[in-house]
Amino acid sequence: MKTNLSVEIGKLKLKNPVMVSSGTFGYAEEFKDFIDLSKLGAIVTKTITLKPRRGNPAPRTCETSAGMLNSIGLENPGIEVFIQEKLPFLKKLGVPIIMSVASEEEPEEFLELVARLDIIEAVAAIELNISCPNVREKASLIAQDPEATYKIVQEVRKITNKTLITKLSPNVTSIADIAQSAEDAGSDAVSLINTLAGMSIDIKQRKPKISVGIAGLSGPAIRPIAVKMVWEVFNKVKIPIIGMGGIIDTASALEFILAGATAVSIGTANFINPKISLEIISGLKKYLIENKIGDVNELVGSVKI
Amino acid sequence: MKACQLKLKISAQVRIKDNYWHCEFSAPQIAKIALPGQFIDIRVNDLCEPLLRRPISIHGVSRAKIKIFYAVVGKATEILARKRTGEYLDIIGPLGSGFALGKQKTVNSKQMLVAGGMGVAPLMFLAEKLTEGRKQRAENRITVLIGAKTKKQLLCADDFKKLGCIVKIATDDGSQGFHGKVTDLLHNLSSDFRSLPSAIYACGPKPMLQAVADISNQRGFPAQLSLEEHMSCGIGACLGCVVKTQAGFKRVCKEGPVFNSRDLVW
Ligand SMILES: Cc1cc2nc3c(=O)[nH]c(=O)nc-3n(C[C@H](O)[C@H](O)[C@H](O)COP(=O)(O)OP(=O)(O)OC[C@H]3O[C@@H](n4cnc5c(N)ncnc54)[C@H](O)[C@@H]3O)c2cc1C
Ligand SMILES: Cc1cc2nc3c(=O)[nH]c(=O)nc-3n(C[C@H](O)[C@H](O)[C@H](O)COP(=O)(O)O)c2cc1C
Ligand code: FES
Repeated sequence: MKTNLSVEIGKLKLKNPVMVSSGTFGYAEEFKDFIDLSKLGAIVTKTITLKPRRGNPAPRTCETSAGMLNSIGLENPGIEVFIQEKLPFLKKLGVPIIMSVASEEEPEEFLELVARLDIIEAVAAIELNISCPNVREKASLIAQDPEATYKIVQEVRKITNKTLITKLSPNVTSIADIAQSAEDAGSDAVSLINTLAGMSIDIKQRKPKISVGIAGLSGPAIRPIAVKMVWEVFNKVKIPIIGMGGIIDTASALEFILAGATAVSIGTANFINPKISLEIISGLKKYLIENKIGDVNELVGSVKI
Repeated sequence: MKACQLKLKISAQVRIKDNYWHCEFSAPQIAKIALPGQFIDIRVNDLCEPLLRRPISIHGVSRAKIKIFYAVVGKATEILARKRTGEYLDIIGPLGSGFALGKQKTVNSKQMLVAGGMGVAPLMFLAEKLTEGRKQRAENRITVLIGAKTKKQLLCADDFKKLGCIVKIATDDGSQGFHGKVTDLLHNLSSDFRSLPSAIYACGPKPMLQAVADISNQRGFPAQLSLEEHMSCGIGACLGCVVKTQAGFKRVCKEGPVFNSRDLVW
């Protein structure tokens, strides 16, 4: 039976709907010993900022029940070093490269970053990470404010024709409202969810297990929340959704698709099984065949309620 | 060097004493290329508890087999100890950058290994490699300093002796050997010009490694330290396992776990 796995995210055509999430796949090179990278639907890079960032002191991660906390603090070498040292490898893979970007001094830095990336052909799309819980000293994120989200997406939209994805935070009252702002301002797609703010305490030392205290929770523990948020956003906006949060196998990837995600993204699970994204691609194909569904797009948002 | 993800069969699983275990896997791909100081990352089950892999040092290599030496301290190591010969585990390795061995034809007593607690694990493999195929004359043997809280928790002393190493012991409570920290023992030895080490390889708890770094930096001999940090991916992707160095944060799983004492910032 012929099955179609390809999907469209804005102007991007993906050969399958499985991508790997920002910050959980390094710059892809780290995985080259373990999987055939060219089979991935797309690769999202670790978030890049204009200037290099050193990140937070250790401990930066800890395990929790069916999940993990991280506060890396967006360590990255900055855009110029990325372009010189990391992009050449990514370019050769023949897989759409989605550049995740963030800024501390929005919107000026965002605009500078996007302008720089706009002229690079190897960059297939830009993901605006306005939802990283581990970077701003200020208490709030852009992705927690519908107006701020609208403003930044609109500004960026003016200066690039590349596919624009806005990455949303689950640490909000209504994620659908934020998604709506992103859509209204011209975002081609939304990706969700970034990590949930969380904390874990070492009772022997009576100190937080992560150096900076509050961190971001990811992994299977957050999946039901993520699936619900995808469903809410699906019911509010028309732009495609990239769903993520605790996907560890084909079944969990399908949950997101059924809830309304056009593509899914694998995060923490890459740490547990570096081959998982490819296993999920095969698993999705098998599911389509077994259920006599010709096109994965037919499944998107098809949960019966 | 290429790391791989493999389903490895347990060829032996033996309790040494108390909560300390030896486990051996048939792993020709890893055995062929493994270097002392490198580690493997083990997934102890297919469930979400525990979620992440656990890093364990390579303790020894013989032909197609690799050996680990571990202490049961929590969830994952408890599950690991319940696995039996013939069962399979999902393992990634070899990972990290190991000890730099140097090129000398003979080993000598001025090369010192310093182990604290479980720190013996990677140093055993190192001692094997350092002595392998090299002349170890009686007056010219590697020295191994082993520290433990008590005599009961002393590990691997006889194994190092079997390799022909000079073993010196320190226990915190004085129940065997030198009464005090292994780093005090090192300090005493290196105060005497005749026993000043030419190179140090150390693994153990952080405070111990910091003391080794202080002594080596003061006395001016090089020390390679094997560090531990909590790891999520083990392959350099998550940036979770960093330590501070003169050149910024470095990943323990990739640039480490072995670092030059002079490069570290404590
Ligand atoms: C490069 C490297 C090599 C290692 N080699 C060995 C080895 O050869 N033999 C051995 O017995 N152990 C080794 N360890 C430590 C081993 O990884 C931990 O003991 C193990 O992960 C504990 O898992 P658990 O689920 O049983 O314990 P958990 O339930 O996760 O934790 C139990 C306790 O151990 C501490 N702990 C957990 N992981 C680590 C870690 N990575 N570093 C320091 N403390 C930790 C926790 O904070 C907690 O107090 C190594 C660690 C690293 C980073
Ligand atoms: C160690 C780690 C680092 C991360 N770094 C980033 C990042 O730099 N930018 C970003 O947008 N999201 C980052 N994330 C969030 C993930 O991309 C993803 O949104 C989140 O982990 C939920 O998916 P998961 O449960 O499958 O991991 C990071 C997550 C982890 C675990
Ligand atoms: S454990 Fe992920 S970078 Fe070292």
